[in-house]
Amino acid sequence: MPDFSILVNHIGEFLSGFFTTLEVSLLALAGSFLVGVVLAVMRIAPFKPLNGISYVIVEFVRNIPFLLQVFFFYFGLSAIGIQLSAFVSGTLGLTVYTGAFIAEAIRAGIQSVSRGQMEAGRASGLSYSQTMRHIILPQAIKLVIPPIGNQFLNLVKNSSVLAVISGMDLMYQGDLISAKTYVVFDVYIFVALFYLVITIPVSLFVNSLEKRLAKSY
Amino acid sequence: MDFAGAYQFDNLRFLFSGFLVTLEVAFLSIVFSFLIGTLIGVLRYMRIPVVSKLMMIVVETIRNLPLLLIIFFVYFALPEVKIKLAVTPAAILALTIFESALIAEIVRSGLNSIERGQIEAARSSGLTALQTLWHIILPQALKRMIPPLVSQFISLIKDTSLAVIIALPELMHNGQIIYNSNITYVIPILLLVALTYFVLNYLLSLLALRLEKRLAT
Repeated sequence: MPDFSILVNHIGEFLSGFFTTLEVSLLALAGSFLVGVVLAVMRIAPFKPLNGISYVIVEFVRNIPFLLQVFFFYFGLSAIGIQLSAFVSGTLGLTVYTGAFIAEAIRAGIQSVSRGQMEAGRASGLSYSQTMRHIILPQAIKLVIPPIGNQFLNLVKNSSVLAVISGMDLMYQGDLISAKTYVVFDVYIFVALFYLVITIPVSLFVNSLEKRLAKSY
Repeated sequence: MDFAGAYQFDNLRFLFSGFLVTLEVAFLSIVFSFLIGTLIGVLRYMRIPVVSKLMMIVVETIRNLPLLLIIFFVYFALPEVKIKLAVTPAAILALTIFESALIAEIVRSGLNSIERGQIEAARSSGLTALQTLWHIILPQALKRMIPPLVSQFISLIKDTSLAVIIALPELMHNGQIIYNSNITYVIPILLLVALTYFVLNYLLSLLALRLEKRLAT
């Protein structure tokens, strides 16, 4: 049985870390959604050079560790004189990393709407962007929401990397508390519970969406 | 930025030795988590009373926690209950715990995607439940699981970098040691480390794509 007096005595620190994690996650979610939409639009736009640029960015970002990207924003930029705080570096890192994954989810969603839809839209006199907006996107969005939900889940979990650069997040506060109290096991259990408070509801929501979606076909 | 200095022979050799540790830890974790993940996925799929429910709770808890927390937990908290692991086994254990939960989900949904008619046909032709699973369901499901499994393995390779926090002497860790000695090395080393991860993971993702195409026909 974990020692709940630690939780009670340090509730302020736990909560401050919890809200920092929540804040970083929500900011990065909004940011990465924007980045994802822009990259996805670039990727499928009827203009080859843009497709290529987006492909290179997405593949590069997706295939290198998130930690390394945070280090780039935090240590790399500071080495050339651009000093960002841990909070900003972490949020930027999460935005770029998750953005690349969201771009892939959106692209896959759009491309799974059958080609005939685009052709029919164009043939009936709509422009490319009108067809996109009125025909393709409304159908794609249904397919895209569950994977984006999963990316948000990963985002929340990845935000723990902020602890490595003293980001004041939940993981970091947990480390501080365990260093102060010399209790590790119980403190980490409480940290885990705080993470689950965010991730379990999101995960249940995504699951139920996926089930509803599967039924609608 | 001192590229020539950063890329001197000794540094490259040091990075390479880190890369070998990354490969070793990733390879072992992939093998273990594939075995354990498949076992758990099958147990969940078979709907054995109590066991399947228990597996569900374990899997959902672990996959909703940050890997960083699990690494901290294995390395710093387990010694409190008299389980003391060296850095490399601790990293492998933490990665295996985390990735097994994710692989179990991939296996379970792969198994679930096989039409019920297949099971009914096999059972009515006299196969036992286990024979049906082994000869009919698993071979078909495995095909569908390959793409998500490979992307999970790529995630795992990236995730090994998180073991820097327990000073596992892998690629990211060795890179950090080099650039901590000289601020002008930070960006060149981060770039080289990023490229190394990128080449490895990108090649793997291309391989997955080819496998997917071949199996689809």
